[in-house]
Amino acid sequence: MSDATTGSRAPRPAETAQDAGSRAPRPAESAVEVRGVDKVFETRTGQVQALDGIDLTVAAGEFVSLIGPSGCGKSTLMRLIADLDDPTAGTLTVFGKSSRQARLDQEYGIAFQQAGLLPWRTVAANVALPLELHGVASADRRSRVAQLLEMVGLGDFADRYPDQLSGGMQQRVAIARALAEQPRLLLMDEPFGALDEMTREKMQTELVRISAETGAAVVFVTHSIPEAVFLSDRVVVMSPRPGRIQQIVPMRLGADAARAARTEELREERTFFDMVTAVREALHGGSPVASGARGVETR
Amino acid sequence: MTDTGGRVASREAPRVSRPAETEPGVSVRSQGLAARPAKGRRGRRTAAAWGWGLAGILLVALVWETYKLLAPADGVLIGDTRVLPRTTDLAMPHIWDMFSRLAEPVTRSPSAQPLWMVVGLAALTTLGIAAAGWLVGVVVGIGLALVMQRWRIAEWGLLPWIVLSQTVPLIAFAPIVKSWGSRVEIGSFEWQDWMSVALIASYLAFFPIAIGALRGLESPDRIHEELMQSYAAGYWKTLVKLRFPAAVPYLLPALRLGAANAVIGAVVAEVSTGLQGGIGRILIQFAGQASGDPAKAWAPIFGAILLGLVAAGSVALLGVILKNYRRSEESA
Ligand SMILES: Nc1ncnc2c1ncn2[C@@H]1O[C@H](COP(=O)(O)OP(=O)(O)OP(=O)(O)O)[C@@H](O)[C@H]1O
Ligand SMILES: [Mg+2]
Repeated sequence: MSDATTGSRAPRPAETAQDAGSRAPRPAESAVEVRGVDKVFETRTGQVQALDGIDLTVAAGEFVSLIGPSGCGKSTLMRLIADLDDPTAGTLTVFGKSSRQARLDQEYGIAFQQAGLLPWRTVAANVALPLELHGVASADRRSRVAQLLEMVGLGDFADRYPDQLSGGMQQRVAIARALAEQPRLLLMDEPFGALDEMTREKMQTELVRISAETGAAVVFVTHSIPEAVFLSDRVVVMSPRPGRIQQIVPMRLGADAARAARTEELREERTFFDMVTAVREALHGGSPVASGARGVETR
Repeated sequence: MTDTGGRVASREAPRVSRPAETEPGVSVRSQGLAARPAKGRRGRRTAAAWGWGLAGILLVALVWETYKLLAPADGVLIGDTRVLPRTTDLAMPHIWDMFSRLAEPVTRSPSAQPLWMVVGLAALTTLGIAAAGWLVGVVVGIGLALVMQRWRIAEWGLLPWIVLSQTVPLIAFAPIVKSWGSRVEIGSFEWQDWMSVALIASYLAFFPIAIGALRGLESPDRIHEELMQSYAAGYWKTLVKLRFPAAVPYLLPALRLGAANAVIGAVVAEVSTGLQGGIGRILIQFAGQASGDPAKAWAPIFGAILLGLVAAGSVALLGVILKNYRRSEESA
């Protein structure tokens, strides 16, 4: 983990070039395409309409956040994209394939709100798990794991067990694990929910850097408006019961500025607060509001 | 928060006490320097456990000898019912007599081996039979658990029968099992009498193992199962990388229980089938000689106790080897 000043450094030439590359005429296929997706859960007390007519396209290399009050179906949508659940209606494609095929082809890396590390494996072995499952040779595995742990700032903790780490460190291991196979798509469900504000901001900066470096598309679920604004190219605002897309707010921050340029200073800028206000208003159905939305952190 | 919320792996295993790991504070402090203090504390704890165990044995010995010294020779009677035993040397030999008898030869014949050796050899024989039974129990138990975990319908179909099986007192039918066995002859394979005993031992051993293994195999959290799913890991890979390791904390106590059951099953089955060479046989034989040589009858009893300890200790050793699989996910 770099310290907070890393972010304020001018973008390295390599990053800018890569970023420009991913932003130049995009390949025809988008990372995620969701068309008219409904999801109804059958429960003992009746049906729960979790998602209703969801249409969403995430371009390759794009960073999209999902935000909305608790229970509006953010996790459900993410699980559908990950093919951990099936939609009741509609279609989902990931890089032009069915979501099932994309899962089988390991097109995405996923991080849940809980770290979900295997307690009997060391930090290094946890990160190595996907590589191990997919038959990566052990020498390559070791070097890749070392590199990933360095990236999340846990190089010295490779031989620790998860119960010897703090919640934030566990979460960073989980993120390293999600990145292990350099997926073109990262699915993250409130990955920073358990972190303190300091670590959280550091991790946000790291995530911006990582996604710019790897050119991966990211679908990011969060409860925090500033987090969504800081990270995203677009923020998808959802409303509950049934879960719908209320509005998609483009972030001017991301549109022209290179993503790697999202530095700590950005958090202080005027446009940043304008964007926060825009998302907050979208959450309240378009009307200007003074206070934060229910169920959504405005910090 | 998310749908996996609140399911953060508090994998409580039956009858498992996780030393030190669950102790609040230890893991937090073990960040840097605390590895040593934690180990020291664990060492002190094992020492304390041994100390208490020893104290318990001494207490039993003390009560025995005190009662023998103070109570009337005819025991304690209420009306015509004797509620406490006679204290004669015949009924309650001195503890030191029991031990000194161990060093003497079994019989008066000049070629006789010392008693402890006879008992030890018999105990080893029984241990071997019990171990064979235990291994069969492990294979059958884990096999059944795998089938039940894989197919829900198999769990519905099998589990009641597995539970019901334990209500059949197979030990009582030991002679019948033996006579069935004696009719088995496949090619050059011939059923031996000890195999009947091992079979009965395995019958008692498989049950806790099947139940423990099933609970263990079903124990992984949904988040871990979904992780494996997201890696497109199939049944076997999930089994090896997730289900078996997650089952260890459930399996260890089940295996220990299975080992104890196998030993009991083997000893009792030896008695009821009259199998020669094991501890069950000399238990009966020496008890028959108790009127002439009361201290001798206690030797096989000590042997049986030792047998149980060795069996349980072997499984405990397995637990030490697999200790990393008994970690829990959350940081303490
Ligand atoms: N397996 C399930 N069975 C039944 N209902 C479910 C299931 N999973 C989710 N739901 C319901 O679907 C709705 C959306 O749930 P989801 O977990 O997607 O919300 P969320 O937006 O992620 O909320 P949060 O911000 O609190 O994580 C909720 O009303 C929830 O009760
Ligand atoms: Mg959620």
